Amino acid sequence: MPLRVYSVEMPAKANPSEPKQGFRYLALLAGWLIPGAGHLITGRWVRALLLFVSITAMFGLGLAMLGHLYLPNTGNPLDILGFVGDLGNGLLYFGARLLGAGTTVTTVISEDYGTKFIVVAGLLNFIAAIDAHNLQIGRKQ
Amino acid sequence: MAMTHFNAVLLFATFASVVFAITQRSTPKAMLRYGLYCWLWFVLSVIVIAWVLHWIHP
Repeated sequence: MPLRVYSVEMPAKANPSEPKQGFRYLALLAGWLIPGAGHLITGRWVRALLLFVSITAMFGLGLAMLGHLYLPNTGNPLDILGFVGDLGNGLLYFGARLLGAGTTVTTVISEDYGTKFIVVAGLLNFIAAIDAHNLQIGRKQ
Repeated sequence: MAMTHFNAVLLFATFASVVFAITQRSTPKAMLRYGLYCWLWFVLSVIVIAWVLHWIHP
């Protein structure tokens, strides 16, 4: 008589670190639009707060130093890259554009620091948004 | 708002280190250590590069 092996599926235990169901790119998109929002969606509110403060402060200091906001352009490759970096700030960038900020022409060195602060804030926000995505899909704990 | 180069470096290092620590490490202890490590490297490398540039082109 052949031996039959039956398997009984056990219900999976609830694990708080398990990836959440839903739109797969929600944390990525939210994290890009609002710094730290992606981490907030994944339940890491302390990390979300630190990211929000750091990136927003960097962007705000850049504007306070009269940094320049890059516009969409097809000219100098560095200007194109500057625009891509600025775009990383998400709604901060669009809000500042709407308010007419960042339109000064750089004449003193602190304004150049401001421009770099804004670009780097955007690039850091890209990294933070990708990290939030990795948390959401369970690639990172 | 005018800012000295060194003050700008300190702020830049602080904010960048916070983001690097959170995104590159998983546990709070490792984040703290990595954040401090990044901050020190940012500041030290700027001081060293500044002195090198000063000697090259005083």
